[in-house]
This record gives sequence, structure tokens and C-alpha cells, in this order.
Amino acid sequence: MNEMKTYKLYVGGAFVRSESGRVTSVTSVTSDDGEVLARVATASRKDLRDAVVAARGAQPAWASATPYLRGQILYRVAEMLDGRRTSAADELVRSGWSKADAAVEVDAAIDTWVWWAGWADKLTQVLGSVNPVAGPFLNVSTPEPVGVVGVVAADRPLADLAGVLAPVLCGGNTAVVLASAAHPLAALSFAEVLATSDVPGGVANVLWGDVGELAPWLADHADVDAIDVSGAPDGLRCDLVERSAGNLKRCAATSGLRRPQTAGEFLDLKTVWHPARV
Amino acid sequence: MNDRSAEPEPLAAAQTFAGYAPAPESTSIVTLADRYDLWIGGEWRPPSEGRWFPTVNPASGEPIAEIAEGSAPDIDAAVAAARAAFDGPWAATSPSQRSRILFRIARLLQERAREFAVLESLDGGKPIRESRDVDVPLAAAHFFYHAGWADKLDWAFGGGVHARPVGVVGQIIPWNFPLLMAAWKLAPALAAGNTVVLKPAETTSLTALLLVEVLREAGLPAGVVNIVTGGGDAGAALAAHPGVDKIAFTGSTEVGRSIRRATAATGARLTLELGGKSAHVIYDDAPLDQAVEGAVQGIWFNQGHVCCAGSRLLVQESIADAFTERLVARMQRLRVGDPLDKNTDIGAINSGAQLARITELCEIAESEGARRVQTTAALPDRGWFFPPTIFTGVDTSHRIAVEEVFGPVLAVMTFRTPQEAIAKANSTPYGLAAGVWTSDGARILWTAERLRAGVVWANTYNQFDPASPFGGMRASGFGREGGRQGLDAYVNLEAAS
Amino acid sequence: MTIDAPAWRDLPRRPVDAVALEARAKELATRSIKAASQAAAHELTIRCMDLTTLEGSDTAGRVRGLCTRARLPDPEDPECPPVAAVCVYPSLVSTAVEALAGSTVKVASVAGAFPSGQSSLELRLGDIRAAVADGADEIDIVMNRGAFLAGDTDTVVAEIAAAKAACGAAHLKTILEVGELGSYEAIRWASMLAMAAGSDVIKTSTGKIGAAATPPIALCMAEAIREYGDLTGASIGLKLAGGIRTAKQASHYLVIVNETLGTSWLHPDRFRFGASGLLNDVIAQRRFRATGRYTRFSDLPVD
Repeated sequence: MNEMKTYKLYVGGAFVRSESGRVTSVTSVTSDDGEVLARVATASRKDLRDAVVAARGAQPAWASATPYLRGQILYRVAEMLDGRRTSAADELVRSGWSKADAAVEVDAAIDTWVWWAGWADKLTQVLGSVNPVAGPFLNVSTPEPVGVVGVVAADRPLADLAGVLAPVLCGGNTAVVLASAAHPLAALSFAEVLATSDVPGGVANVLWGDVGELAPWLADHADVDAIDVSGAPDGLRCDLVERSAGNLKRCAATSGLRRPQTAGEFLDLKTVWHPARV
Repeated sequence: MNDRSAEPEPLAAAQTFAGYAPAPESTSIVTLADRYDLWIGGEWRPPSEGRWFPTVNPASGEPIAEIAEGSAPDIDAAVAAARAAFDGPWAATSPSQRSRILFRIARLLQERAREFAVLESLDGGKPIRESRDVDVPLAAAHFFYHAGWADKLDWAFGGGVHARPVGVVGQIIPWNFPLLMAAWKLAPALAAGNTVVLKPAETTSLTALLLVEVLREAGLPAGVVNIVTGGGDAGAALAAHPGVDKIAFTGSTEVGRSIRRATAATGARLTLELGGKSAHVIYDDAPLDQAVEGAVQGIWFNQGHVCCAGSRLLVQESIADAFTERLVARMQRLRVGDPLDKNTDIGAINSGAQLARITELCEIAESEGARRVQTTAALPDRGWFFPPTIFTGVDTSHRIAVEEVFGPVLAVMTFRTPQEAIAKANSTPYGLAAGVWTSDGARILWTAERLRAGVVWANTYNQFDPASPFGGMRASGFGREGGRQGLDAYVNLEAAS
Repeated sequence: MTIDAPAWRDLPRRPVDAVALEARAKELATRSIKAASQAAAHELTIRCMDLTTLEGSDTAGRVRGLCTRARLPDPEDPECPPVAAVCVYPSLVSTAVEALAGSTVKVASVAGAFPSGQSSLELRLGDIRAAVADGADEIDIVMNRGAFLAGDTDTVVAEIAAAKAACGAAHLKTILEVGELGSYEAIRWASMLAMAAGSDVIKTSTGKIGAAATPPIALCMAEAIREYGDLTGASIGLKLAGGIRTAKQASHYLVIVNETLGTSWLHPDRFRFGASGLLNDVIAQRRFRATGRYTRFSDLPVD
């Protein structure tokens, strides 16, 4: 018999129980008798609030870290996940995945983290520009992180999460992730990867709970600068975008597409003019 | 030894010269119709509800033409026309043909520049010097720049993607740069192969309607650009229209929010260029005389009807008094008056409503304890005018330091250290633009990096160029206009097979 | 010889942003000078003109001719005001003094090894004293650009101060030779030094090298004059020379002076054009204003 672990939320670099005390039992989908696989701390709006505070606090240092360092840290995430390849896949299998599907899922996630790790020190070159204005000026556009990004992740707990979280972090944003409701264990285990990968505390915060309950708070939050609603069901998505109007969040549904423009959804372009003449 | 401070007897000729005799631009080049209809599907159509409203010359308060008041059924018709053109003739127009049409539009605008400039000043109140030297040339430049992109779009987005047009685009533009904002919106949309329903601002429709002649002459197929004039209802109908694939809006933050909500329901893509309260930071090592000019450009360009106006001047305390003194002296030289006079620096306030708002915000500023300094020259005795104004003794909590005035009113504050300058500059929900003046290169870079704004003008202000992306952060909106990055808003990227 | 330099270290050495300066000058050039203001511009241009001849081939006869023109610039219009001064080499000062006797026209002389200034200070000062002794009202000297560019500010200032002393009651105009200074910042700093050293007027150029007055340079120097005035109360004059050939160019400069230094600077005591060809263009414009017909330039007097 396995130890029945309680999975915790990952906020500010620490694994915490919900302030609400809410815990959800996750049962095995493979056994008929409803065997409890694990118990999962279930986030409340106050946990979400705390996660935003942590993300905001961590953001300036993360944004001002060199892109080289951010890239190394994202690569470290891939390395750490690779090191936990077997246990991550096992966890998926225990949640009902086939062995083959679980292996594909873990591989895809690792691949995505590696892919984005390599973008950290290239986004500025690819998305930015030196602009040939008609005057004696140096005119340079560079992408800058918007700040704190709320992410509603889609179902696949490792690959989809990587697809939406990595591009957000890559550009220097910090994130509050609402993990997929369907697969809490893999997502929260992945937070343990983040915690051991040199990702500074607060840079990536992972919550699990009722997305329908939590996401509107995220979309309403005035200190969240952007949201990726990729994982929100259609009915909820419209509501979240409407709520985002309050502080004019950037809204995207990137679905983790692998292109630099995905990271660009969470970057604001800054254009600086300077005269060049004596 | 002679006395270097002797005061010579003034010459009469000097006084006569310095008065700058009136130099009015002739309006004979402009032919106004009595009444304008809506431009839909390549023809002029009367508004469905049969209503027109007057457009007024703000320098005289007199109506100069009647403008069709479009409403929801007209928006329906315009969107349908745009869709038909998108699926039909515009889809059949090759990228290189699109490019040529845009080049032609640019040329025709240049050739008719004077006509557009006069009409812009007549309808909107801005000084002819600016409509002639800034608005119209830049509008032509935007078409010229984007013409070249029309058949090169895939190169704009790196590898692995094809850029496809979004579809039917709704564009809602403001009254402060009527033709230029139309150009900012239309040029990239057309270059990328979209069709457009354009809703000009209620008080300044005429140059957009004149642009129809240029678009036709350039060979733009019917229905590719449709213009529905009218008020906020027409704009709201466009923003919420389910047949529109993308909305681009420039205007107030308040309206921007309502458009965000409207497009949440339709799923249309959205770019917003909204308000600002831009900080203009003057360090004590700045080139002072030029910094004074920068401050002037920052706040008094276009009567301060500029979303990116440098309306919060942050001056380092050690030079604050001297700088303000110079700025006040310079302000006194601004010539306020007839927008069509070539020597006018400050024209008319665009509307009575805007004048009332500016007046009210200034009264509030005084009642909160800020000190008002204004030009002393007499204002014209008719039309809507407001003197260039500086408020000193402003605190960060005063409304004049927080709210967008959208008029010729500058709030002056001070700071002691670079860190304080940044903290004060960023203390606003907006993030459109910012300025910084210093002669220290490292300080420029340090400051520019920290100013939270989409455009940072370092040792300059209010510069615009079609190759330079423009747009805001935070409550100033999202999306960029101009430059390679400005194309993003008007394409859908598909994976290249 | 050694001379003490007047204090200059307290003066602000301001950076100048070239692009913004040029943009402001360009903006001022958009002022549209029409009707009565245009007529006034023509009058001021004449009244503020140093009619100049500085050629190796100058003779007494040529200078006398120029002096006649200076008193009566337009033979067809006796109402036309005289120019401010005639500017000649030192050897021709006495000729000019005689020819201009009884008029308001001043005699100005370049002196001090014009245009390079590259001879000993004693010789340069002697040149000045001789011109003053011959009756020159105004002396145009060149700043020591070599010393300026080498950073020897004390020498720059001391030499100008010595020239000022040598001038006695005559007015001292100091030529910066802006085309050799390399940047607006240097022009502005040289302006401050020349004023601190006692110059009554600062002047752009000798006219002997290609680069001369431009609107942004005029603006830059006017801004320096304004700041020096704010600091000291002195009202220093500005003289623009080199390349100013048309009435329209001149009126742009008048706008720059008017809007930077104020209307009181539109006066020959405070502002000068150093020019020769400019006069005939202004006369042609005046005749056009008077008659409504364009002028044949060959009908105008030859100086």
C-alpha cells in the first residue's frame, strides 16, 4: 500500500495548504472501489490573492535577471523533469493514463521546456527591432514583460502546462497558474520540479481548485497584468475576457503554440527614441 | 568702456515685425458639400434613420456641413459590404496589387496635401502649421510605409508561419488627429488584406470623407473601406457587431473598457490605444533650452489634445525654479488664435464639451491648491479657446496630476533623485508614453528601462514615424501601431505547411 | 605678455541637444512674415546690416563706393534707411571714416590678424589700436580657436579681454568662427567665454571659410546670450555673418532673435547681419512691395 500523500499548493516558493482548509480526495480511476489515491489542498480566492502577491513580489528580480540566466533556469526545469521522468509517468498511469500516453506526455513537456529555455535570450532579437525612422534618431523597440500573468492551463497536466507557463516565464513574467482540474497530482508534482529547479520562489505559483470559482477572481484582479485563458471552457472564457476589462489586462488563448509570438502575448513593446547628432 | 546693459530706443519697425501680421491660409482650395452621406459598398448612402448632424468649425462655433448620423442598420450594411469585398474583389486582388494601391493612396495624399491640411484645421481647430507639417505628411508616410509590407507580410513574422488577413476590421478613431488616425488604422489593415468599416469621431468626419475620393482614385475596390459617420451609438454597434473579426480603437480608456467587454462576447480580436498621463522627466544635467522646447512640444502640440501628451512634468528640484521660469517665459510666446493662420501655435479646442472639461479640471486644480499660470494674450472672442496653462505646486494626489486633461494644461512636480523620478513617473494606471531629458547616456538608458510606457522619448518628445511602433502599456491599452510589430494586429498567423 | 583672464569658471557649460535645437530653428522658420511685418523685416534687415568688403583687392575707391551705398542703400528710394555700419580692413578705416562723416553709419574694422588670428598677441592688439586710432567705432576680432580647441580656456578669455581693453570706447565683436568648433555645445561654450571676456557682440563667422551662420547656430548663440543676460544683466549683441543672401533668410533670423531674445534685440545696437549681397535682395523685395512688379537684378547698384 502507498502512502496517501497530500498534495499542496505551490505559492511563493513554498508548499502550502489552502488557507480555507479545503482538501479534496482524488480517487483512482482504475479501481472500481473508489480507492483514494491522494488528497489535494484545494485553493480558495484568498490563496489566489496570496499567489498574486507572491508573483508580484518576485517579478522585478525575475524580469531583471539576465535572459541568459532565465534560459538556464528554464533548462534546469527540463533537466529536473527529465530526472523525474519515471515517477512523473507513474503518477499519470495511476491517474488512469496508459503507459505509452504517459511517456509521451512527459517527453512532450520536457521538450517544451527545452524549447522555451532556448528562447529566453532571443525573444528581444526576434520580437524587437531597430526602426528606420525618417529623422536623426536611434529608434529601438524592445519587448518587456507585462508583469504578473494569470494562466488557466488546459487539460494535459504536464505538456499543456509547460506550453502555457514556459513562454510566460521565458519573457520575464511571473505566473499564477490554475492547474487543470482533471489532473491535480501531476500538476502539483510538477510544482516540486519547479521548486528544485532554481526557479526563484514566487516566479511560478501553482494552484489547484475549481477553475470556475477561481478564474473570475484572477480575471478581476487589478494586480494581474495579463491572462492566458487557454484552459478555460468556452462559457467561462467570455466571462474572463469581460472581467479583464477592469484593468485592461492583455488576454490571450495561446494554447501553447510553439512560436515566439506566444511569448509575445505577454510582452509589451517599448520603443525608445534618442537623437543622434552633434 | 561702453555699457553692456544699455537699453536702446526701440524701433517702430521691430514692434511691427514682431506682431506678425496675419498670414491666413486660403480656404478656397477646399470645396465643402452641404451634406455628407455614408460611404458603404462603394457608394454614398443616406443614413438609415434619415438624420444628419452639423459639424462645427471650433474656431468660430459655426456649422460648416452636415454629417450623416449612422446607426446600427448602417453598421450592418457596412459590415456586410466589407465582408462581400473581403470574400470577393479584395481576396482576388494580389498582394502586389494591394501594395500598388497603397502607394497610390500615399501619392495622392501628398498631391492633395494642402487641401487635406486646410480641411483638417477647419473642421478640428488644429493650427495649420501642424496639419500641414505633421498630420498630412505623416498620414501619407503611413500609407507609403505599409504599401511595401502588402506583398512581404510573411517576412514580418520570422519563420514557420504564414500571415493571413483577419477579415472584416472595425476601426473607431478619435478627433484629435482625424486623418492621421484614419491612416494609422487603414494602412496596416489594407496592407494585410483586410476590409474595413471605419467610424470617424463625431466632431471631425470631414477629412475621412474626403479621403474617399483618394481611395477611389487609387483604385481601391468598392466595399474594401466603408465609412460610417455618427456618434457613440454607431461606434458601439460596430464594436459589438458579430460580423466583425477585429476591432481597433483609439480613444478614451473608459470607452476602451466597454469595447473590451463588447468584444469578449463576439470573440473579435482587439487592439486599444487609450488615454495617458505621461510623465516628462527633466534631470538637472539636461540640455536646458532644448528641454524647455521638449516640454513645450510635449504639452502644447495640438492644444494638448494628444493621448501621449507629456502632461506631468517632473523636474529635478535643484533646477525646478529656473526651469519653470524659462518654461513660463516660453509659454508666453505661444500664439493662440485662428487655426488657419500660419503663425498660430495653439488653435481652437475641438469642442465646447472638451473646453468645459478642461475648464473644470483647472478649477479643481486651483481649488486643491495648485498655482495656475497662463498666457496673458487675449483669446479670440468667438469659438472655443483655452490659454496655455501651467500648474505649479502640484502634488501627486491632486487630480490635475492624475487625470487626463486632454488640453493645453501642464502639471509641474519635482523630484530629488532618479529613483524618486521613476517612482513618481510610474505612479499612474496609464503607460502610454514618457519623456526623459539628461545628457548622461547611462542615465538615459537606466531611466528609459524603468519608465513604464510603450514609447519613451529620450531628449525629444512627440516624435512619430510609421516605422516606429506606437502604443501603450497597462490602462493605456494594448497592441502597437506602426512598424513591423504593428502588423501583428491585422494578421492571423498560420503554421506554414 | 601675460594678462589675467576674467572669471569664467562659474559660467554654466551647458550641453546642447543638436536635434532638438535644429528642430526648434526649423519650426521658427515656418513663421510666415507677411504684409506690414514683411516691410518691417526689410527695414530691420537694412538697419541692422554691416555692409562688408574684406578682400585683398579692396581699394579706397571701392570703400568710398560702399560707404555711399551704406548711407543711401536704394538710389530710387530716399526714404530707405541707412545700414548700421560699413566693415572694412584696418588699412581702409580712415577712408571709411571720412566717407561716412555726418552719417549715422558706423565704421567697423576687422582687426587682430583676421581671419585666422594666428599671429602674436602684441601684433593683434596693435592692429586693434591702430584701427581704433583711425576712428573705427567697432572692432571685429577672431577668437583664438586653437587655444579653445586645445582646452586653454584662460588664454581664450584673456586674449579677448585684452582686445576689449585695446578697443577703448569702441565696441568689440568677437568672431567665434563656428564652422571650426565642431559642435553646438562648443559654440555655446565659446559664446559664454567671449561674453565673459567682455565682448559687446558675439559673431558667428569670418565669412572666409565655407561653414558660416545657420539658423540653429544663430539660435544656439541667442540662447547663450539669453542665459548670460539672466546671469549678469548684460545685453550682448549677436552678429550673423556668412551665407546670408536673401531677404527671406534674413527674416527667418529676425524671427529667431525676436522669439529667443525678445523684440528689443531687433536693433542695430544688439543685432547685425554681416553681408554684402544681401542688401540688393532686400532692395529688390522692397521695390516689389512698392511697385507690385519684380525687379531686374542688373538694374540694382553694383557694390
